[in-house]
Amino acid sequence: MNIVVLVKQVPDTWAERKLDPTTKTLDRASVDVVMNEIDEYAVEEALRIKEAQGGEVTILTMGPDRSVETIRKALSMGADKAVHLSDDALAGSDAVQTSYALAKVLETLEYDLVLSGSEATDSRMSIMTALLAERTGRPQLSGARKVTAEGATVRIERQTDNGYDVVEAATPALVSVVEKINEPRYPSFKGIMAAKKKPLTTLTAADAGIDAGAVGLASAPSQVVDFTNKPPRQAGQIVKDEGDGGRKVAEFLASQKFV
Amino acid sequence: MAEVLVLVDHVDGTPKKVTYELLTLARELGTPSAVALGKGASAAAERLGAYGAEKVYVSEAEELDAYLAGPKATVLAQLVADTGAAAVLVPSNAEGKEVAARLAVKTGSGLLTDAVGVSAELVAEQPVFGGNVVVQSRVASGTPIIAVRANSTAPSESPASGTVQQVSATFSAGDTGSRVVESVVEDKGGRPDLGDASIVVSGGRGVGSPENFAIIEALADSLGAAVGASRAATDAGWYPHQNQVGQTGRTVSPQLYVAVGISGAIQHRAGMQTSKTIVAINKDPEAPIFELADYGLVGDLNTVVPALTQEISSRKG
Repeated sequence: MNIVVLVKQVPDTWAERKLDPTTKTLDRASVDVVMNEIDEYAVEEALRIKEAQGGEVTILTMGPDRSVETIRKALSMGADKAVHLSDDALAGSDAVQTSYALAKVLETLEYDLVLSGSEATDSRMSIMTALLAERTGRPQLSGARKVTAEGATVRIERQTDNGYDVVEAATPALVSVVEKINEPRYPSFKGIMAAKKKPLTTLTAADAGIDAGAVGLASAPSQVVDFTNKPPRQAGQIVKDEGDGGRKVAEFLASQKFV
Repeated sequence: MAEVLVLVDHVDGTPKKVTYELLTLARELGTPSAVALGKGASAAAERLGAYGAEKVYVSEAEELDAYLAGPKATVLAQLVADTGAAAVLVPSNAEGKEVAARLAVKTGSGLLTDAVGVSAELVAEQPVFGGNVVVQSRVASGTPIIAVRANSTAPSESPASGTVQQVSATFSAGDTGSRVVESVVEDKGGRPDLGDASIVVSGGRGVGSPENFAIIEALADSLGAAVGASRAATDAGWYPHQNQVGQTGRTVSPQLYVAVGISGAIQHRAGMQTSKTIVAINKDPEAPIFELADYGLVGDLNTVVPALTQEISSRKG
């Protein structure tokens, strides 16, 4: 089973994340970056399916040159090869444009499954699987806490607000996973060394047949008009429990009309 | 005024509160039309009219519940074309955002998610980076599609005709690729859903064990609240993952958020920072959650929480 895993490089959640005042897009240069955490779970799931059934795992990343660090990490976990879509023309693309660009690259790859994390920690939109399903006409299997791939059928347990749905589709299909699904491995020393020699193809927008006029900040269908850095929330009243803490909290709730 | 389409979130024809909030918001932007899709949808019409829906577009086609997102997006795309709608509002939950995403591609439109407000000029306000930055965004092409978080607007009634109009659509192979073969509902003890609850009580690492979540649930029940959990608690297997609040979990914005035994790491704050009132109970006076709290109590949750529950129950009589 051949699997493409979508991997995104994001700012570290623990770092101070900022918007660039000129472009009003994420300031990627001034911040520590990491592999989007849930994408590690997607890589792990792909490796488990490959280890059980054979096939090849390809990492696909769109992002600036620096994303190579993140791609190497995915390769060091055990993926076989990688495709890096990198072009200045793509900078500032929103999710809808990104799905167009990624779909163009997917057209050039052979796959049974496309796996990805259910959400990126920077944009937190959780819509890439749905966007790509619409673009490619392939089935959308999003929010999986369990994936079972057998022959030409893939079945997931999709986490819902009050339980789960079992959802089934024919391959090739697009699957996003939640962090409940597995425990990602750490790259071994051997894996890190091997990753340096694994094939990494870098594509420009033109290489992938992407219309440069349809991507990038200037033509984005959603635009940031303005932004404000919110002053930190004012801390309120902090009280130490003197044996009457429960009553004190209840009094506060009553004063705010919650009780 | 142009129509503003509102995707109805409902269970067998009973709309969820977020639907009334979206209709209330839509009245500021144009003439609200509700779009009620799936099993039991026609039963919702009267209640949707009460909140300002002049028209209620209804389809109960089997495909709408049998396949993920695609069929609902197709009906909406058809309505966008037929009505020339000024905007489409959907709830910013997992399904709403996925329907919106597919609709954006189908209609060549821009999409904004996680809005907590929308102005008459269709500029949306979105908290980003865990709520530290607030962004104002607009859609620059096609029909603005905006996913709005629950509890962003206070719902108010405003009677309108609620005229039902049946719609039918033809679904493509791409719409019907992922089939829901089984839906399993896990017991929430009759509590409201986290997504649109007005009050949320969450437990974290300090709760200490799965059994001890009973005191969190008891407090929640005394307040009629939903129960949430921090990632530390769900990773430890103390509480189900679907109750996880924070980055990679659910984002909530209730009137009242009570954080019990939760330190308040950035991952957790990202999911609850826009709550209107925050109360924290934690034994560590240095816990970062106290920086956000409107009221913080430094104490042992094992004694404070049961006492609080009892106090609330006796006040409520």
